[in-house]
Amino acid sequence: MAKTGVTAAKKWSEMTWQERREERFKRWLYPRDVKFVSPAAEKSYKERVTRFIKAIKLEEPDRVPCILPAGSFPAYHAGTTLRHVMYDYDALRDAWKKFLNEFDGDTYSSPGVVPSARVSEIIDSKTTRWPGHGLTESARFQQFVEGEYMKADEYDRLIDDPSDYCLRCYIPRSLGALEPFAKLMPFSHLLGMPTRLLGACTLPEVQEAFLALVAAGRELAKYQEVIRQCGREGQAAGFPLFHGGMSQAPFDTFADTLRGTRGIVLDMYRQPEKLFQAMERVTPLNISLGVDAANLTGGPIVFIPLHKGDDTFMSDKQFDTFYWPTLRKLVLGLVEEGCVPLLFAEGRYNRRLKQITDLPRGSVLWHFDQTDMAEAKTALGGNVCISGNVPTSLLITGTAAEVKEYCRRLIEVCAPGGGFILTGGASIDSGKAENLHAMMEAAREYGRYK
Amino acid sequence: MSGDFANLLADLKEDEVIKLTKQRLDSGEDPMKILEDSRKGMELVGKRFADGEYFLPELVFSGELLKQVTEIVKPHITETTSDAKRRGKVVLGTVAGDIHDIGLNIVDFMLDVNGFQVYNLGVDVPAARFVAKVKETGAPIVGLSGFLTPAFDAMKETVEALDKAGLRGKVKIMIGGGQMDDEVRKYARADAYGKDAMAAVTLAKKWTGAS
Repeated sequence: MAKTGVTAAKKWSEMTWQERREERFKRWLYPRDVKFVSPAAEKSYKERVTRFIKAIKLEEPDRVPCILPAGSFPAYHAGTTLRHVMYDYDALRDAWKKFLNEFDGDTYSSPGVVPSARVSEIIDSKTTRWPGHGLTESARFQQFVEGEYMKADEYDRLIDDPSDYCLRCYIPRSLGALEPFAKLMPFSHLLGMPTRLLGACTLPEVQEAFLALVAAGRELAKYQEVIRQCGREGQAAGFPLFHGGMSQAPFDTFADTLRGTRGIVLDMYRQPEKLFQAMERVTPLNISLGVDAANLTGGPIVFIPLHKGDDTFMSDKQFDTFYWPTLRKLVLGLVEEGCVPLLFAEGRYNRRLKQITDLPRGSVLWHFDQTDMAEAKTALGGNVCISGNVPTSLLITGTAAEVKEYCRRLIEVCAPGGGFILTGGASIDSGKAENLHAMMEAAREYGRYK
Repeated sequence: MSGDFANLLADLKEDEVIKLTKQRLDSGEDPMKILEDSRKGMELVGKRFADGEYFLPELVFSGELLKQVTEIVKPHITETTSDAKRRGKVVLGTVAGDIHDIGLNIVDFMLDVNGFQVYNLGVDVPAARFVAKVKETGAPIVGLSGFLTPAFDAMKETVEALDKAGLRGKVKIMIGGGQMDDEVRKYARADAYGKDAMAAVTLAKKWTGAS
């Protein structure tokens, strides 16, 4: 049975990765449950998806595809604030609809980038701060709180049973309302006697935790309905969803989210073997994370934001030792299942360019932020698709003419021969509408392939 | 021996550094000499970082070693000696609305090992706190750190607040981090953008007339 939901002539298990990817591309091109508003919208949708597929496969599309780096820009463009739309889903929907109606990038920008503050409040998220909650009300980004959510001596416990570790250790520390989950017994104790599950549920604080979970689930359902509705409308208007799923470099799983910068450094020196073992342990889990999401959404692109492996975070040797081996396995695992890993190299990857060339031709998509794009084209062009990198500073503080000129030069360097997608270095929160329009104009005017 | 100690610290030999610290104390050596050697070791780390031999992990780990050495040595120090000659004062912080501190701490580290007195205000620092700290310390240099795009405006507002307080003519302001660049420097009307911690040191040295 084809895992993508598309009926294929050949069994999934017998297909090559390219054949599996074609199946996923087909599902992306012909999305289920989308009723296009007009034949023109359907035609635009297919043209847009085709543009991306060709760029990924290193062929020349009709023109350079363009992803507008919207971020939380739609909120401010609509005259509201991030804080407001994090609490008011109607305002969130209206703002993103306005953006959809006014901008014609090649993708659909989802309000899903803005999480519900109501859900975070109910569940008492310890890992994020948002405007009015740990940050000033006027703050324009929700931010991750780095910390030692996993202790130095807990590697064995995580390696032995990651699910149990998440349920009884990681969740209680990162979601305040679920702190009592630390009192649950290991689920393996239920074998042969399932009612043992109820033991801890006699505790009032555990009952409260489950009630909070129910309340958060109900609130999340309200939020998700708005996000889904927006998604259906966006696609119906002809704009394809770009991120089909998300995953994480195994090193970042530990360095970013579990141990924090200080913790991971101590582990690199004091217990590197444990770290290697744990990264190997989570690699297949991170592959499933991306594949499962791609199956669910029908989008083949799996977004992987890369953080602690950039030029300043570690040496070439540390990258080759700690970062790349398991990231490469993750990428190859996703590719094998027909997904297209989108590697977002935030910061600078100039020194990394020589270290990331050992991936199958045309299998991934790199998104560069402040990396030298001419060098990226030289190192990777003809081998994998690259995208980037209009600086956020230019988009927010520059003029439309400056943005257009930057894009023109970028296209000149990166577009020849195909395999290039125009986008921002990172996403923006505010800025001028005309600067985003200028990006699209540049893609249309200068990005044509003859 | 002192050269060995500094090198062991710079080479990040944790066990040896701790062992040697204890040995030196046991043999009755002046604890201040151990701290002085530690400072030399940290200078070496800073130099290797500037030379591209060391990266963030080495800075963080050497900081951990220094912390351990200091904790062992501290109870043995009887007199408080005044701080060594410092090149100049720098007020440093991540601007309001931004809670990122990795880059901030690298700059703090590099300025410190290069002899500057650093007042690190931490993250999400309102403009008024920068103003108050500059007034309190009389620091001639302010470093604004930021990771995300909203920091563009927060930096601009911080520079304006220093201006309103009548301090703009008395301080040089540098910015850096994440999405910052020279465009942002112009927008925020700061004096300089530094692309990394070494640039921050170079700027601070230039502005204090040291070299």
